[in-house]
Amino acid sequence: MSALGPALGQVLLLAALLALTVPVLGRRLALMYLSPRHLRVESAAYRLLRLDPDADQHWRTYALSVLGFSMVGVLGLYALGRLQQHLPLSLGFPALPADGAWNTAVSFVTNTNWQWYSGEAALGHTMQMAGLTVQNFVSAGVGMAVAAALARGLARSGRDGRVGNFWTDLVRGVVRVLLPIALLSALLLVALGAVQNLAEPHAVTTLSGATQEITGGPVASQEAIKQLGTNGGGFYNVNSAHPFENPSPASNLLETYLMLLVPFAMAWAFGHLVRDRRQGGAVVAVMALLLTTSVALLTWAEMAGPGSAPELAGGALEGKEVRFGTAGSALWAAVTTGTSTGAVNAMHDSLTAPGGGIALFNMMLGEISPGGVGSGLYGMLMLAVVTVFLSGLMVGRTPEYVGKRIGQREIVLVAGYVLTTPVLVLVGSAVALTAPAGLAGLQEGGPHGLTEAVYAVTSASNNNGSAFGGLTSGTPFWNTLLGLCMLLGRFVPMVLVLALAGRFAEQHPRPPGAGTLPTHRPLFVTLLAGVALVLVGLTYVPVLVLGPIVESLS
Amino acid sequence: MTTSLLTTVSAALPGALRKLDPRLLLATPVMLVVEVGAVTTTVLSVLDPSALAVLVSLWLWLTVLFGNLAESVAEGRGKAQAASLRALQQETTARRLDRRGEEEQVSSTSLRVGDLVVVEAGERIPGDGDVVEGVASVDESAVTGESAPVIRESGGDRCAVTGGTTVLSDRIVVRITSAPGQSFVDRMIALVEGSQRQRTPNEIALGVLLGALTIVFVVVCATLYLIADHSDADQSVVVLVALLVCLIPTTIGALLSAIGIAGMDRLVRRNVLAMSGRAVEAAGDVDVLLLDKTGTITHGNRRASALLPAGGVPEAELAEAALLASLADETPEGRSIVDLVGSTYDGVPAGASLVEFSATTRMSGLDLDGRSVRKGAASATSRWVLDGGGVASPEVDAAVQEVSASGGTPLVVAERVGDGPARLLGVVHLKDVVKDGMRERFAELRAMGIRTVMVTGDNAVTAHAIAQEAGVDDVLAEATPEEKLALIRREQQGGRMVAMCGDGTNDAPALAQADVGVAMNTGTTAAKEAGNMVDLDSDPTKLIEVVEIGKQLLITRGALTTFSIANDVAKYFAILPAMFVVAFPQLEVLNVMRLSSPESAIVSAVVFNALVIVALVPLALRGVAYRPSSAADLLRRNLLLYGVGGLVAPFVGIKLLDLLVSLVPGL
Repeated sequence: MSALGPALGQVLLLAALLALTVPVLGRRLALMYLSPRHLRVESAAYRLLRLDPDADQHWRTYALSVLGFSMVGVLGLYALGRLQQHLPLSLGFPALPADGAWNTAVSFVTNTNWQWYSGEAALGHTMQMAGLTVQNFVSAGVGMAVAAALARGLARSGRDGRVGNFWTDLVRGVVRVLLPIALLSALLLVALGAVQNLAEPHAVTTLSGATQEITGGPVASQEAIKQLGTNGGGFYNVNSAHPFENPSPASNLLETYLMLLVPFAMAWAFGHLVRDRRQGGAVVAVMALLLTTSVALLTWAEMAGPGSAPELAGGALEGKEVRFGTAGSALWAAVTTGTSTGAVNAMHDSLTAPGGGIALFNMMLGEISPGGVGSGLYGMLMLAVVTVFLSGLMVGRTPEYVGKRIGQREIVLVAGYVLTTPVLVLVGSAVALTAPAGLAGLQEGGPHGLTEAVYAVTSASNNNGSAFGGLTSGTPFWNTLLGLCMLLGRFVPMVLVLALAGRFAEQHPRPPGAGTLPTHRPLFVTLLAGVALVLVGLTYVPVLVLGPIVESLS
Repeated sequence: MTTSLLTTVSAALPGALRKLDPRLLLATPVMLVVEVGAVTTTVLSVLDPSALAVLVSLWLWLTVLFGNLAESVAEGRGKAQAASLRALQQETTARRLDRRGEEEQVSSTSLRVGDLVVVEAGERIPGDGDVVEGVASVDESAVTGESAPVIRESGGDRCAVTGGTTVLSDRIVVRITSAPGQSFVDRMIALVEGSQRQRTPNEIALGVLLGALTIVFVVVCATLYLIADHSDADQSVVVLVALLVCLIPTTIGALLSAIGIAGMDRLVRRNVLAMSGRAVEAAGDVDVLLLDKTGTITHGNRRASALLPAGGVPEAELAEAALLASLADETPEGRSIVDLVGSTYDGVPAGASLVEFSATTRMSGLDLDGRSVRKGAASATSRWVLDGGGVASPEVDAAVQEVSASGGTPLVVAERVGDGPARLLGVVHLKDVVKDGMRERFAELRAMGIRTVMVTGDNAVTAHAIAQEAGVDDVLAEATPEEKLALIRREQQGGRMVAMCGDGTNDAPALAQADVGVAMNTGTTAAKEAGNMVDLDSDPTKLIEVVEIGKQLLITRGALTTFSIANDVAKYFAILPAMFVVAFPQLEVLNVMRLSSPESAIVSAVVFNALVIVALVPLALRGVAYRPSSAADLLRRNLLLYGVGGLVAPFVGIKLLDLLVSLVPGL
């Protein structure tokens, strides 16, 4: 149990760092989304692109802007992938196959960053930098923009469905928040030993006398935004387990912190945006409650993991980097699946059965603990609306959230949102486990093989992108299936969220009174966490029973 | 008790069976899915009979039937009332006046809006309308249940008459205001029968959520068929249908419409007719209640509340004199003085000569054995004393001032014995008395988050005095109908919902503007048309009950939904191990209820699911107990009861059922 001290220490240090910085960044984010002023560089960009940054867009226009912008992103990235052999700094890699290019394009535009390929063995520097890293920034910015639009819709009144300007929300998120923090943290990572160059692969002679090609590249710069934007697509195949991406326990803690910073800060900003900081506090509390629980459970599962090998080693060390240890890997696994990052510093396939099950369940909850940048906030707010609806009825009033009524049309949108990912996950899993082409990709049979398939579909549908491992996913079947899951799992919910934002913006708020259900008290926080666990969790219980639960019990 | 239950059920059964028609179930998708499941398992149990399949099919049919039964029972409660109302609708002969003012005999069904009809004592009024000529006493007991006749007269606020009621005395001319088939009684019948029941906005919203949950669970079970196959734990369709029915929110799905019908019924039982279910729901949302002072907050008549004796006069003497002066006074004010001091006389003493109140003397009293006692307005009584050789009293003057300043009315009492000088005895404080329990009611409303505003034509001083005594939150003094309307608009612009009641024609715009407008049945047709509810008892305080019923309706829905969803946890624990324990024996650990066999576990869960509907029918019809308190308290209480209760109850219930079901051979 002596390992418990450092395990607890890193969690406390992380919590302290977040407690200090989240409120500051949250306030800044809120001011940024409300400010009428543009930076000079932003104005120049708007002029260049012939955009009107001061137009207050109807939610439909906003949604079309999101979809249009993302479609251009998919097409551009697809083109880069298919034309890779003609690009400079391609390191001699050939073009990606059609299904692979599609999968990668969708994957990075949807902030999923599922990778069917090995980065260092398939992609050149131009694709990595101009393609993937750019999408790492803008896909994060899109998520934040949609969340900001929902918060704005809740805060506004009588605006006939106008929810803000997508272009300014996107540009500001990238220019004023993501770029500066990413730059700073990239420098920190370099200082901590991460690689950053544009060199050709080094040929080195190994101890046994063989020659090995070691690929360097613009790693630190991609690593920073990969974590900060909850993207998770690694420069190397083994992702943040690679010493060039994540050299030390210190860089490990920094990267863990970066995953959590913006999702929590967005929730805090929500309180400022609706002019009631307690509401933001409540959302942060629910996220923190779910995250803390899963960190505790996952750490317990890995450190006290059953089996004779883990007992001898003092923890389940298979598939983990010794420099991070069991606790460092367990914390990361909980954080990377709780945020929609999906970067890994240990192989999730080798987590203990309950540990892998918790990682899977984190994603199944719909990425809300604390979820992706922006998407975590709007995901949680959608569940808050469901909670308010149920509990609002129980206090005898038409349910309302921050003064906005939840009527028939609102609940239709929320119901659609709540339906989307479970349907994608379950139908996708069923297809994968029935089709021969799907089964062909599984490394194992039985419950573990089932978990491999379900994990992949869940990861794609929830835009997480972490891989369980053991699944050979680079086939046309898996690339197509997962690409569809990622695309629908990202944009169907987004459109529903924006439609809801528009509905809320139309309404005049009701002033709170003693008859209003308070949505900032511990009771509501508990209830919201309960609704997330019961309502969303119930959907997946049968699949979990057949996968990780059966495996854990054997 | 048992027999009445049996009669209720047997009366509702034909309706419940008729509702098995899938087209009728389209309105409740949850139950439609159960029925489709029942058909599927029935077919399968015929093709491949097994005890499990037969039992599951049987209980799935019962599940649907129980839901239909709940709705039929709820509807049945209104049927009797509708039948007695229908009797009022029998075609009668109307005496219509033509243009020249001559009577012609026509059928009541041929009357059109604007026709003038004559109705005399003993005749039934042929249709809804306004009295345009004459005064009559009318028996409205068939509609209101109130046996005392009411006065209806032309002009003013008591001119509306209801078709089907009977004129007891005199002759009136009525202008018809509603076409046949659209009268007040027609609407009442439709309402109590629930035949034209439209689903309310909130009910629809809840239906959407339940529909979404149903879709999710259909997907869960359909994909489980394929996924279980991959795990070499393939499941029969019967078992998957059983799982599906247990998971979808059947409890609330089955009871949803019964809750709505019963909510309307609760209103009807309190003699309130809501013109739409929407209005009932809106009542639960009210933030501001506008209440008229007179008749609602106060008794409407001034009552004696205190005796203020003049200097040197014992209070007992003042009390005795005030009593004597009031013995013959039959006005409510006079009675209130008798009530205050407590009569020691049995009627008016023999030999007393009464002095009636008149507008010129503005005094009343009596003379007995040479002693004269008077009470009346301060100026009039003082003059009587001065004329009788008496002197002014500074204490009495001060008391008069004080009572006036507090918004009350001073009544001065004086006496004269024989030929001696008259003297002032003191002052009776008459005031508008707040009805018993109003203060507590307003405190309850405040706890519920509802602000009360008292509306009165009185001056600000009087109004504030009463307001403070009654404990209302705000006052609109010297109110005109325009100001009342403006107040409602102001509150609504601030996002608040307003309820009010009224009866006069000049209340109509405000009634129409308010989110919940309760018109008094004694009121004008204009007021009744403008409001969205009519109170047959014409009791303005009932607005508070209406609000409570509205809240109770929503709470019942929310509580049963929460209960229904919470139930799923236990059902998973019953069914999932049962489904997969053959393929994965280690799952026996999850069989926390220690159910005897997989088949028995599945049947027990299905039976529990069906029986819980029956068990909750009384709650759905009666409504969840509602105590006025803050939203946070209500949530805590209901969550504990229905959320935690919903988690625990099925564990116990399924275990008990399993003990019985396991006795069935073949399971």
